[in-house]
Amino acid sequence: MAKSSPTKKAWRSLTWLGLIIVGLIALNGAGVLTGGGSWTPKLALDLEGGTQIILAPKLESGQTVSSEQLNQAVSIIRQRIDSSGVSESEINTQGGQNIVVSIPGTPDDATLNRIESSAKLEFRPVLVASAPTEDSVGADGSTATPTPGATDEATAPATDAAADPAAETPAVAPTDASDLNNITPALQAEFDSFQCSDIDTSNVAPADQPLITCETDGSVKYILGPVEVSGENISDATNGQVTTQSGATTGEWAVNIVFDGTGTKSFADVTTRLSGLEGAQNQFAIVLDGSVISAPRTLAVITDGKPQITGSFDQDTSKALADQLKFGALPISFTVQSQDTISATLGSTQLQSGLIAGLIGLILVVLYSLAQYRLLGLVTVASLAVAGVITYFLITLLSWREGYRLSLAGVAGLIVAIGITADSFIVYFERVRDELRDGRGLVSSVEAGWRRAIRTIIASDTVNFLAAAVLFILAVGNVRGFALTLGLTTLVDLLVVALFTHPVLQLLARTKFFGEGHTLSGLDPRALGAVYRGRAQFQPSAEVASRKATSSSKEAAKRQTIAERKAAELVGSGSSKSTDGKDS
Amino acid sequence: MASFNQFGNDLHTGKLSYNIVGRRKVWYSIAAVMILIAILGPVLRGGFTFGIEFTGGSEFVLSEISTEDQDAAATAVTDVVPEAVPKVSVVGSDSIRVQTDQLSDTESREVRAALATAYSVDAAQVTSSFIGPSWGQDITGSAIRALLTFLVLAGAVMALYFRTWKMAVAAMVALLHDLVITAGFYGITGFEITPAAVIGFLTILGYSLYDTVVVFDKIRENTMEDGPESRRTFAGSVNLAVNQTLVRSINTSIVAVLPVASILVIGAFVLGAGTLQDISLALLIGMLVGTYSTIFIAAPLYAQLRENEPEIRKRDKKALALRAKATGTLPVAGTDATPADVSA
Repeated sequence: MAKSSPTKKAWRSLTWLGLIIVGLIALNGAGVLTGGGSWTPKLALDLEGGTQIILAPKLESGQTVSSEQLNQAVSIIRQRIDSSGVSESEINTQGGQNIVVSIPGTPDDATLNRIESSAKLEFRPVLVASAPTEDSVGADGSTATPTPGATDEATAPATDAAADPAAETPAVAPTDASDLNNITPALQAEFDSFQCSDIDTSNVAPADQPLITCETDGSVKYILGPVEVSGENISDATNGQVTTQSGATTGEWAVNIVFDGTGTKSFADVTTRLSGLEGAQNQFAIVLDGSVISAPRTLAVITDGKPQITGSFDQDTSKALADQLKFGALPISFTVQSQDTISATLGSTQLQSGLIAGLIGLILVVLYSLAQYRLLGLVTVASLAVAGVITYFLITLLSWREGYRLSLAGVAGLIVAIGITADSFIVYFERVRDELRDGRGLVSSVEAGWRRAIRTIIASDTVNFLAAAVLFILAVGNVRGFALTLGLTTLVDLLVVALFTHPVLQLLARTKFFGEGHTLSGLDPRALGAVYRGRAQFQPSAEVASRKATSSSKEAAKRQTIAERKAAELVGSGSSKSTDGKDS
Repeated sequence: MASFNQFGNDLHTGKLSYNIVGRRKVWYSIAAVMILIAILGPVLRGGFTFGIEFTGGSEFVLSEISTEDQDAAATAVTDVVPEAVPKVSVVGSDSIRVQTDQLSDTESREVRAALATAYSVDAAQVTSSFIGPSWGQDITGSAIRALLTFLVLAGAVMALYFRTWKMAVAAMVALLHDLVITAGFYGITGFEITPAAVIGFLTILGYSLYDTVVVFDKIRENTMEDGPESRRTFAGSVNLAVNQTLVRSINTSIVAVLPVASILVIGAFVLGAGTLQDISLALLIGMLVGTYSTIFIAAPLYAQLRENEPEIRKRDKKALALRAKATGTLPVAGTDATPADVSA
């Protein structure tokens, strides 16, 4: 038996493993030193406490959302949250469909509103405006609607115009978005009975259809024409004080919009048409998420794409409108699908419970391994420890580099993995025991058992990894966190069983304690039914021996497994020493 | 553990052998009855109980409270939203959970504050969730897609690895058996189906097949080594493999189940209904059923699928003939406990 080669190989494997672990630790240390890294993995909301909001796109039937649009939405929402002074927020897309916003702690109402008002911004011409109740203007103090004018000069408040009823014209195909022929009798009837509390923000009107809606505070209700300019075409919006041509400030607050090329052209067309119209039709409405945030009148044709909205703004209201215009320009609008606020107390309780559960599970597995495999069980314990260290640093690295956050489901995945990882060791040990039962010496049993076990382990780990990968790619939310830890531990399992468990067993097989099959070693050939018959060699149990002995025919030699056949050869060569009834 | 070792030794040599493959009709009948119960039970009970994640609604959890007076919580909710029908339950040792229909943001905040006052805790200690009704559908949709994709991929991997689609089919049938029974367990007992339970359910996929692969690998080894002169029938070889891997199956299952059980105990008794309990309950049932189905369904079914192949029939006949010739001179060593059964 070539004694040096497997020993050398074993040490080489262990060296590799050591290098991998040291590498992981060094990488992590580098992360900590350069900032950004940490020695502990980041925790998800359910363990740390905080608020998680899942936003789903509101789509017209048949419409789909592209990942490009989703990414744009994410960056817009991120900008909004950052501008509200919340740090460490996380915004991700999920399942190519949803946006997940995670905010540490409990966010204030303003922040929540900002996120939730993520919406689609549109410019539509006003066809009809009427006041449902005269006294509701400004009733809701928080969103006091400015009564805007438009363009370079301050003008009369738009609410004057809002009272003007629009004439009904006979139905002819509408020639443009401002054409009152857009209003069908059915639409008019719907408008007449429309209550501002009826606004269904989940129901998005198609861009080429008229829309019935209200001012956000319910002060005015409108019939609006089809979309003329989309919010995507706003490149910037700011608030500032109106300056005269000589450069002096008038003290009046205004919102300045800058359109991009497409927006400039469309807006020039709209203002050209609207400025020639009278009454409500002279207004255009800025629609955010289905309701009108402002409906300024058009006083001039704007061809440079830089309109200014003035009215009774103060610094705060002009800033709010400017922000809405700038950040409200999402290509798609969203609805809050779920909102979770988890207290920090509950989070730490859950983490603690998860860790306790893991510890109990680990102890049970260790006890069972020791009971089943005696001191061989210690190899299981050591292997689990190595697997634990590698997994821990992998997760910490992932949380540093990829922003992975460990959730309760992830912790559960890690605990479940303890059992599945230990399973590989059992498959291996049982194979070695099978070889011992067939009468091999320990050293060759370890090698032969390994060759067979590794195939089984690879096959079964492949299936497990496949399940984790499929779940990770296709599933949403919590499922992914769980799938990731499960997949990761499957890979770590393979690594550890090949680079640690097997080499250690190779080395142990050469120690006196294991090699001679001490009763506590867990690899005692006598207990396994093989009969001692000389230094490091055993013959199979009496049953096998007697069966082999009585049937020396060719057929019988071929009818058993390779291992059994080899055992039979051993018996054949040493049959004189074979003694019945000496088995365990 | 000497006796357990002895048990393993006897199973390995064939001294002790359970005729599992031969009694397949018994196992099939048991499986059929269990599947029937798993399907009819939930139907008779009136369908599955879905968690709030699937139905939509608002949920509040108060942790670390001193009293467990449930009426106070109900009053706190109805004071804010008179038409709400709060469902109050105690979870774990010191937490209360309140579920209502979907509340608006403002209502949620008010209810949260009211609950905090009612139990004199800080508002930050109240966990609130709002779940739109489409959330659950999203999860269900992606879970079903994941399930189907996995079945196809895993089937392909197994067919390639074992070089016979019949093993893949047998493994898949056993897997479906596990899934149906686990789902049925939820339907019959009325445990809530939550996204966490769905996670557990999907994990069964991996584990159930993991277990099957270990046993099938041994089956393949045994049946491949049967030369033309073998005295074991095909079903006999399968049966021997199942017996030889029995100790392994028992050990791996116990070791896999121990951590899951400890999560379940901690989840159920310390934390109360939640992620941990939901994941581990589905997993526990699935693992137990999975181990059972590998031995009693996957293996016999595989033997049955292969038995009627002309080549295997021929070999079985030869094996039986050889055995008949040898009878009297040689004890059959128990590898085929009851030849009459297995050759059927």
